[in-house]
Amino acid sequence: MTELTMGPIYYLWDGPKWRDFYLRVADEAPVDRVVLGETVCSKRQHFIEPHLVEVVERLERAGKTVVFSSLALVTLERESRFVRDLIETSHHQIEANDLSAIGLIKGRGHLIGPLVNVYNGATARLLAQRGAERICLPPELPFASVSQIAAAATGAMLEVFAFGRIPLAISARCAHARSKGNTKDNCQFVCGEEPDGLSLKTLDRQSFLVLNGVQTMSHTCQALVSELEEMRDAGIRSLRLSPQDCDMVGVAKTFREVLDRRIDPESALDQLRAIYPTAPFSNGFHHAKEGAAWIARAKNAGFAH
Amino acid sequence: MELICPAGTPAAFREAVDAGADAVYCGFRDETNARNFPGLNFSREELRDAIAYARRNGCQTFVALNTFMRAGDEEIWHRAASDAVNLGADALILADFGLMAYVRERYREQRLHVSVQASASNPEAINFLVEAFEAKRVVLPRTLTIADIARIKRKVACEIEVFVFGGLCVMAEGRCSLSSYATGKSPNMNGACSPASHVRYRQDGQQMLSELGEFTINRFGPGEAAGYPTLCKGRFDIGDARGYAFEDPVSLDVMGEIEALKAAGVSALKIEGRQRGKAYVAEVVKTLRLALSTSPAARGPLLARLRAMSEGQKTTVGAYEKRWR
Repeated sequence: MTELTMGPIYYLWDGPKWRDFYLRVADEAPVDRVVLGETVCSKRQHFIEPHLVEVVERLERAGKTVVFSSLALVTLERESRFVRDLIETSHHQIEANDLSAIGLIKGRGHLIGPLVNVYNGATARLLAQRGAERICLPPELPFASVSQIAAAATGAMLEVFAFGRIPLAISARCAHARSKGNTKDNCQFVCGEEPDGLSLKTLDRQSFLVLNGVQTMSHTCQALVSELEEMRDAGIRSLRLSPQDCDMVGVAKTFREVLDRRIDPESALDQLRAIYPTAPFSNGFHHAKEGAAWIARAKNAGFAH
Repeated sequence: MELICPAGTPAAFREAVDAGADAVYCGFRDETNARNFPGLNFSREELRDAIAYARRNGCQTFVALNTFMRAGDEEIWHRAASDAVNLGADALILADFGLMAYVRERYREQRLHVSVQASASNPEAINFLVEAFEAKRVVLPRTLTIADIARIKRKVACEIEVFVFGGLCVMAEGRCSLSSYATGKSPNMNGACSPASHVRYRQDGQQMLSELGEFTINRFGPGEAAGYPTLCKGRFDIGDARGYAFEDPVSLDVMGEIEALKAAGVSALKIEGRQRGKAYVAEVVKTLRLALSTSPAARGPLLARLRAMSEGQKTTVGAYEKRWR
């Protein structure tokens, strides 16, 4: 059966909102695994710390596997130390999101996050030999690459980024803070003002990207739903749902329903659009097209029966 | 410190050697390198001749194979790596772990450098690459301050190379799918960011528009020079604010910090610009060579002349200075 993973929250949500999100996931979301912890910006860590113990306990009591996410971009000594401490002191599995975590965690079972460049079977195999048990592939991979890597039988279970705004880039510079007249070092956590990202439009008013602190994400929400059948046939047994500021419990339920064939992909997409109406859906990367593109399938093409 | 110079063509390669490069870096004419632009790069024969020319003049040749192997097409990268080794490349500049492993297994003695595209931005990452692939040098991402570089150098067992002049990525290199999102062509897999095939300029009344794929990247008023629509150097609207959301159209110039980079333990200074013409390469290499060999006091006027050649005549020290963030 295909598993569902709730990925880490990339946005800055205040402590109570963060806590409430996970308590509801614990109680209601049909996901197998929850990846927790700050991934985008090391400055934000203190927002979630007061609630971490409670959230972990509730998720585990609800039967979810809890995984801790490492930072995506590590440049400062403080950030290096943070990753080292996380790996040395955590009793949970770690999801590595940069090379420092991959280096430090050698020999211990771990996960590889979608921000690590795994483009081929040789790379997946190398990471698996070092202890990677599960790899969430980069969102920009076309299905041709996903199926090739799956066919390479690397020893790691593969996961695909199935729902959420796509993390497209990360920088040492904070465009989000700059847009409000601050610098990264004096940011005053203005990224917290946009819990679903700050919209960036072209000069012709096309919605294009959203800023999330030092991270740049797509305006569209990647939604791989009509593609689930072919991914399952290719050997993909795990899907990642990346939290957006919408009813993610509803999103998880919808994916569970469509995976269990209780609803068809078209109905699932209708449900998802109702849950997250603010972002148009995309699936272009999967189809080797522009990531922003939406490739519509003929009705009922996803499931034959 | 070595001076590492770009060459997109055999002519630029010779100019760089003649102008005093310690090493010239270049790539094959395909998606195995991150400057896969029409009309650029080297055939196997051209690389053979270039390496021979460099050897005769006491200069090294580094071959950039710094994209990520597309699953199913690994053979293209494997062949490029084998050919570069057999043609006598002094170092291969690599980003993909799978390709690093391939080179390490088959060519034990081949010197391996870690490309900026690998995004090794901290001591633990670099030590991983040294331990796993015996990397001898790492090209640091343009996300670090000089103080960061000095701290990293003390903790790693390999040489450090940094970019000092030329184009500037705002995002962590090798970890950016922005161009892919707009064009469907991945810089990591296809070797070109904001590819010319997807660029369009369009007159709209008084204004000139530049587009990348379906998206407007900039609009220029009458008399304003219409720059190339590199996605992260575009003008956008955020709320009520309009402007260069990520970075102004500036280029990198850290040559004013040569002494600090030397003190930080940097082994090699890298010039960006494989897409530049031979006259540019000759002038930049000659001037920076001179700047490196002269006293700090005499550098100023030399570098001022060079600044006039920079993109838009505006330069930045980028992430090397903390306030850039």
